[in-house]
Amino acid sequence: MITPLKRARGLGSAKEGPEHFMRQRLTAALNLVLVPFAVGLIATLAGADLSAVKATIARPIVAILLIALVLSIAVHMRIGMQVVIEDYVHDEGAKMLLLLANTVFAFGVAAIAIFAVLKLSFGG
Amino acid sequence: MAEASSRHAARERPLSPHLQIYRPEINMVMSVFHRLTGIALYFGALLLAWWLFAAATGPQYFAFVNGLFATWPGMIVLVGYTWALIHHMLGGLRHFVWDTGSSLDVASVDVLSWATIILSLLLTAALWLYIAVERGWVAAWQ
Repeated sequence: MITPLKRARGLGSAKEGPEHFMRQRLTAALNLVLVPFAVGLIATLAGADLSAVKATIARPIVAILLIALVLSIAVHMRIGMQVVIEDYVHDEGAKMLLLLANTVFAFGVAAIAIFAVLKLSFGG
Repeated sequence: MAEASSRHAARERPLSPHLQIYRPEINMVMSVFHRLTGIALYFGALLLAWWLFAAATGPQYFAFVNGLFATWPGMIVLVGYTWALIHHMLGGLRHFVWDTGSSLDVASVDVLSWATIILSLLLTAALWLYIAVERGWVAAWQ
């Protein structure tokens, strides 16, 4: 329940938190469009030879949507795994390490995928 | 006062009944599935990055990785991956409905939860049937 006072202040007593909730739903909505696009793309390209794959991914609209997808899923899965870690890991040290690993994994996967799309686009 | 509360804290108090005691309800099972598919997709994202990286590396390595995905274990992983994607996506749609505050009565919750699992299986089957027809696997069997 949001009372008018809370709405005026924007946040509940925790002073923070809704941005994760909102970001998770924003990226979910983006994924709703981008994931079917990527599944369709990969289903068409699977088994094709590299020159055909390169030609398709090098098209600006395809490359841009793929990079947007990678960014959106990286943000979404990082928040999701953070919730899982916070739910089940109660030792402070282990929790901090896992949250750090979570960030490294999400951004690492995104970095690899974006590098690959850029190389397929510009790599000649 | 302080003494009393510390005495209470020291005693092993009973916890409220949790997973072990409830008969599984479909919405509870779908909630677990949503989390599990989310965790699977988290690691599955590596497969997407790996496939793109293989394509960016060169024809030989790309052919090698494609070959791995084309094996039976590889195909099973891919079918599981697409089911997890579709199931998590439908679960997300269900949460979007609930976020608006609608369909929170028991009957609607049951319908939406059953719809998640049934539709996810149907859509996954439809996707792979389409892929099989497109790629001529069906014709190859006849």
